Amino acid sequence: MREVGTVQTDTRDQTPEPLTGPGAAQGAPAPGEGPSGGRGGRTATTKRAGTAGRHLHAGRLTYAVLSLFTLGSLFPLVWTAIAASRDNQRLAETPPPFWFGSNLIPNMTTAWNDANMGKALLNTFVVAGTVAVSTVVFATLAGYAFAKLRFRARNALLLTVIGTMMVPPQLSVVPLYMAVAKLEWANQLQAVILPLMVSAFGVFFMRQYLVNALPTELIEAARVDGAHSLRVVWHIVFPVARPAMAVLGMLTFVMAWNEFFWPVIALTQDNPTVQVALTGLGRGYIPDESVIMAGAFLGTLPLLIAFALFGKQIVGGIMQGAVKG
Amino acid sequence: MTLSRTEPATGSGKPPVRPAASGGGSRAEERRSRRYRRDARWSPYAFIAPFFLFFAAFGLFPLLYTGWASLHNVSLHDPTHMEWAGLHNFSRLWEDEFFWNALRNTATIGVLSTVPQLAMALGLAHLLNYRLRGSMFFRVVMLTPYATSVAAATLVFALLFGRDYGMINWALGLAGFDHVDWENGTLTSQIAVSSIVIWRWTGYNTLIYLAAMQAVPDDLYESAALDGASRWQQFWHVTIPSLRPTILFTVVVSTIGATQLFGEPLLFGGSQTGGGSHQYQTLGLYLYEQGWFNFHLGRASAIAWTMFLILLVIGLANWLIARRLQRSSSQ
Repeated sequence: MREVGTVQTDTRDQTPEPLTGPGAAQGAPAPGEGPSGGRGGRTATTKRAGTAGRHLHAGRLTYAVLSLFTLGSLFPLVWTAIAASRDNQRLAETPPPFWFGSNLIPNMTTAWNDANMGKALLNTFVVAGTVAVSTVVFATLAGYAFAKLRFRARNALLLTVIGTMMVPPQLSVVPLYMAVAKLEWANQLQAVILPLMVSAFGVFFMRQYLVNALPTELIEAARVDGAHSLRVVWHIVFPVARPAMAVLGMLTFVMAWNEFFWPVIALTQDNPTVQVALTGLGRGYIPDESVIMAGAFLGTLPLLIAFALFGKQIVGGIMQGAVKG
Repeated sequence: MTLSRTEPATGSGKPPVRPAASGGGSRAEERRSRRYRRDARWSPYAFIAPFFLFFAAFGLFPLLYTGWASLHNVSLHDPTHMEWAGLHNFSRLWEDEFFWNALRNTATIGVLSTVPQLAMALGLAHLLNYRLRGSMFFRVVMLTPYATSVAAATLVFALLFGRDYGMINWALGLAGFDHVDWENGTLTSQIAVSSIVIWRWTGYNTLIYLAAMQAVPDDLYESAALDGASRWQQFWHVTIPSLRPTILFTVVVSTIGATQLFGEPLLFGGSQTGGGSHQYQTLGLYLYEQGWFNFHLGRASAIAWTMFLILLVIGLANWLIARRLQRSSSQ
């Protein structure tokens, strides 16, 4: 065991650059990266740690297992694209296709026009965008109050916020459906947007971030200067909170994009979100598997692009939110 | 930002004082200070009000109203007309074999999806916690299933699990096994539905565990290493005990998620019955069928409240276990 440890220490000493590379890259001031950002610091103490668990270099087996799971994570997505680029007949043959065909564009066009995917994408952008903005603003306001302001019943109210996470969405669909019927909002986007405008997770997330990131002296100094509380929010809280707001916005956008149960009930195929349109496809609205796959691919593509661009921040945000008090 | 530089000394810890520089004792000054105090006193409530107002409107009120509706006969065709039914909706559920079937299915799928998912996530987080090249790449890629919606994921998996042309049966055939009729079997369909959940959530849970592992103090590992503990022993005797609260947290969250399972069983076969003999119909799906295909919103409300009670029981059990763990670890 000891020998193995020595060998690994040596390897590290020979190739310090690529190993500190990811750690340094994570040191960017994005909020979610607190937990991983510490790695840079840890690298320095590694020598002392010898064979202590996390400091060991990953062996070949580790890379093999991780690669296997990487493959498993990506395969269904890649195969969606492969199936979307074939035709229905080819999907009803064995062996199943393993490489791309030439039908991707025609299938996507069919899905866009016949399955209403074009309108669905636009609608989903509106819903997820509105929900993300409102959730972030309201969560920052409440998170700031819970983190930095003193008021009566603060802790009890914060516990209430956390408790509301236990209430499952199934408990609201029947009354919401009744309300929508009464207001004649069926098939209108606000029926889907309004119930999602705030999030308890968001409040808690912003509170956890602002407790440490926002210096109390800064607020007090502004107050001493006679700044109104809205001025404090605008000029101090929002700028400090901006990185966390961005991460929360992305997480909320993903969640709202994939919201399923209530939209399926509130909307129809005439004015769908992506998930509603895909449900239509899945229920045999269009009996062509390759078109169904093209729809699924289209509906996922925007989020995949977002992940390619901001994956690091989203990962950081989830890890940040995970460290519960 | 400049504010901090102008008045750094007065700030620390004390409630704000009126600025001495502008002290003139005039009436305008007094009015300003009154407005200031009112602002300081009420602004916190104004900041948290939006959350609570929206929650009251779209969380609490529907929760209570669902309870009220569950005591009535309400038809989907005329949802504003309610007819008192007492506990009939609940007693009917008690005798309803499809309700028990859905409850059983939900529990089975819950176990089939949660246990492997969390076990794999724990192992993967452990691996990602090593010093690793491309660590961020692995994390992002493992999270991509989380970006895939339930609907998109289920449509693909339904194809992959196809009886005649699905890739999984094709691979089984290569390995010399017979084709499995995934969708029509009870256990096989539940395994298939569970695999969708596992695929979508393993990466997410991995990140949660990884974050918790990185918060474990270094010296615990160092002293374990000094005592000659191997990697494996360190995992069992340092990592796992330190992660107990996080593991409990993920178990609860996954259990809550499993109780609400809806999109996967709906789209796996494309029908609200959850298979020809309801073999993978979950509670969420049964609620949907009762409300929106059999038009009994009252009955759907009763199912929703039953689900809520089940969740409360789970939450209570979690709380008891957490307290027990805390006591045993403090001893």
